[in-house]
Amino acid sequence: MTVETGKEKINLDSLVIRFAGDSGDGMQVAGDRFTAGSAIFGNDLATFPNYPAEIRAPAGTIAGVSSFQVQIADHDIYTPGDFPTVLVAMNPAALKANIADLPSGGVIICNIDAFDQRSLEKAGYSQNPLEDKSLDKYKLYAVPITSLTLEACKSIGAKPRDAERSKNFFALGLVSWLYDRPYQPTLDFIRARYAKNAQVVEANTLAFNAGRYFGETAEIFESSYTVPASSLPPGEYTNITGNTALSWGLVAAANKALLPMFLGSYPITPASDILHELSKHKAFNVTTFQAEDEIAAVCSALGASFGGAIGVTTTSGPGIDLKSETVGLAVSLELPLVIVDIQRGGPSTGLPTKAEQSDLLHVMFGRHGEAPVPVVAASTPAHCFEAAIEAVRIALAYRTPVYLLSDGYLANGAEPFRIPDENELPAIEVEFATKPNKVLPDGREVFWPYLRDEKTLARPLAVPGTKGLEHRIGGIEKADGSGNISYDPLNHEFMVKTRQAKVDGISESLPDLEVDDPTGADILVLGWGSTYGTIVAAVDNLRQSGYSIARAHLMHLNPFPKNLAEVLSVYDKVLIPEMNSGQLAFLIRSKFLKNVTQLNKMQGIPFKTSEIEAALISMLLTQN
Amino acid sequence: MTTTEKLTRKDFMSDQEVRWCPGCGDYSILAAVQLLLPEINAEKNNTVFISGIGCAARFPYYMNTYGVHSIHGRAPAVASGLAITRPDLDVWVIGGDGDMLSIGGNHLIHALRRNINLVVVMFNNQIYGLTKGQYSPTSELGKVTKSSPFGSADQPFNPISLAIGAEATFVARTHDMDRAHMQYVLKRAYEHQGASFVEIYQNCNVFNDGAFEAITGKENRQDKLLTLKEGEPILFGKDDAYGVALNDLGGLRIVDTAKEGTGQVLIHEEKRSDPSLAFALSRLGIADTEPRPIGIFRDIEREDYGTSLSVQQENVLQKQGKGSLSKLFRSQSTWVVGE
Repeated sequence: MTVETGKEKINLDSLVIRFAGDSGDGMQVAGDRFTAGSAIFGNDLATFPNYPAEIRAPAGTIAGVSSFQVQIADHDIYTPGDFPTVLVAMNPAALKANIADLPSGGVIICNIDAFDQRSLEKAGYSQNPLEDKSLDKYKLYAVPITSLTLEACKSIGAKPRDAERSKNFFALGLVSWLYDRPYQPTLDFIRARYAKNAQVVEANTLAFNAGRYFGETAEIFESSYTVPASSLPPGEYTNITGNTALSWGLVAAANKALLPMFLGSYPITPASDILHELSKHKAFNVTTFQAEDEIAAVCSALGASFGGAIGVTTTSGPGIDLKSETVGLAVSLELPLVIVDIQRGGPSTGLPTKAEQSDLLHVMFGRHGEAPVPVVAASTPAHCFEAAIEAVRIALAYRTPVYLLSDGYLANGAEPFRIPDENELPAIEVEFATKPNKVLPDGREVFWPYLRDEKTLARPLAVPGTKGLEHRIGGIEKADGSGNISYDPLNHEFMVKTRQAKVDGISESLPDLEVDDPTGADILVLGWGSTYGTIVAAVDNLRQSGYSIARAHLMHLNPFPKNLAEVLSVYDKVLIPEMNSGQLAFLIRSKFLKNVTQLNKMQGIPFKTSEIEAALISMLLTQN
Repeated sequence: MTTTEKLTRKDFMSDQEVRWCPGCGDYSILAAVQLLLPEINAEKNNTVFISGIGCAARFPYYMNTYGVHSIHGRAPAVASGLAITRPDLDVWVIGGDGDMLSIGGNHLIHALRRNINLVVVMFNNQIYGLTKGQYSPTSELGKVTKSSPFGSADQPFNPISLAIGAEATFVARTHDMDRAHMQYVLKRAYEHQGASFVEIYQNCNVFNDGAFEAITGKENRQDKLLTLKEGEPILFGKDDAYGVALNDLGGLRIVDTAKEGTGQVLIHEEKRSDPSLAFALSRLGIADTEPRPIGIFRDIEREDYGTSLSVQQENVLQKQGKGSLSKLFRSQSTWVVGE
């Protein structure tokens, strides 16, 4: 086969490609490999996997379509892209489900073999879109992907049914050629991933190469594209998903605190990957416990914290509901605990595989009694690392449960992560009590578990095993100081206020909220969580068009940074984009009596840059 | 650590006033435990009592050890996290029948099947005491209470059958009227590696007084209480008038030893790996004509959960060495962006 291409290469500054197919077509693997190849090439990238909640929805239907979108660029990017510029559609349903997002002029690569009468009907097409000119405004490449894959695999005697499974690698090979991705990492991946089955290795390799060669030789591709390497800050990088970054952050924090980590968890989408990742890390003194339910997951973590480990539990919305009572107990016991909430669409089962930011008010207030809990939110996949370390820091320093918020978009999305120097990471100092802290009137020296640090109001922790500091704690109201059961009215009021003051006081340890405002704007976009990338992209775009806009992003939702009131007072108008009905807006209004403009989206998918730009322009154009 | 001075009951008593109702069976259990701990050389600093909610759950406050009074039903789960991460501690779980079999039934069975190194002590008084007298998951069918004025329609659990069914490796029953037997059973539970489940018949003299009188009352014990003893024939009644033997279907039957002799009478084996016989014994006494067994139904060896995890961790450490963050961050493909 010829390797002489002689074809023109065009440089692109960015590319958004979406692989779409049936759930069983291997689109997540194809997308993931394309991403990995691009990372090694030095592109900045951001990804957005999107798949149905059903493991195998009926084949060929719209409900069963799974997709993976990746943006790669030669410059800093913040989102996986609003719209794909290239759509790979493995069947009619994948085309139908995704075509609305493809701007005119976009490239469609589709598997013409899958466009038979039955599949067209299943997808709801009355006529074949490849033939009826409805796709005329796009650049359409109809490739017989299935039959070429079968043909390629014939030589090794693979059964057609088995060989057909390799068609995602044909598509990947074709796209890798088209966008000039390095081939070797994917070939290495195939060898490693399918090592147990030589025929699968061979079939996937043949299909991948056949895809490449098809691109090189077939005449329908008049040119190939390349996206040059981007200019990330110097450093060593790895491509990382939010859930992996969060897991590594937890491991790093426990390591820096010199404490064992205990994860109690119950499998739930989209948080399970953290359990999977952490279960690998026994060498870091990480114990993972797949509990019988969400309640046991958090209870076991709290028990481990009582024993001197850093207890962690990971879940999503439905799990948060179940854990609430134990989080209240943790508030009362004043023990360190990190509760990770990978938010998804609700209420109830809601949209398990889709993202939403709709648990903010739940984690703020969703407990009986007055039980304040600090809240930290991650803003990008790589930022999950830093957010996890911060959550552990607060939990240990203030002896408190801490909510760490991420969401389905961050959890599965990926971006380059600059590998930190191990020694650059801040040490987390944890002091356990080793001797009595109180002398009773009769001269006896005792340990009082609720005799607080005057500055932080954190209580001393004496772990079981420590001689002479035996004590009992429980969920019943405790006397200030001694921690003994107390029903005294004034003591209860004092304890309610003290628990609140302790959490409020965490703001003393927080950096000021940074505002990005190069031109002295009148309008501020305030965000939190996974809207970060889209907000930055929208603000950058508008600034390039000459608009003056300030931007800030909250990592700490409870308590807020100390300067937030001052920041809000500077701007006439504040826009808060959220993937909920206005939960941060609710908090800001009630705490600061500041009116803000809401921009809300509850579709299970992230904002598009253009949506935030449109909201800002409308505010800029409105007087008052 | 060695204790230089022999501790006494007083060392294990906290300074908190015990607030159970006068006459409650909990007092005798508390005394039994406080007397037992110095005897078995337990160390205050390495002993932790964890409870849920209920009258029994106040227990940790009265022990001068480490303790957590947690939330309703969850004590086995809280204790699991502690026992797994701190195999050096003696972790006791205390609760009542409502706490452990109703709201916390799920955690109990999972802690037992995992064989987490805990001593689980369930005070069974067949009633909700703290909420003042509703029927519990061990109350008898037809029981009239505040919440069942026409009689309870709930089939009760048999806690021993449940524990055996949940793959527990140590299952025993005792009662609050016999301190020596309580201490014997608790000591054996303490010595067992893995999860030990002990049911204690406990009288609630306010809301369910005399619930076990027909079995544990001094005048009834001889005929109605059967004390299981390892390696001995299963006999009861005056002068061992009766014994327990297998029937043709593999169930149990009562033998009149005067008529049939003792040849058919079963010898009790705690360590029998098959649980069928222990289960059959747990069913004895449901009918009024049969005696209710106390003692150790089952005590088998199976690696406990914490040990299994420690072995896994040892293996990983031996293979990979101590974890290095620098290596972890480079465990996927990386690339370098230059100046």
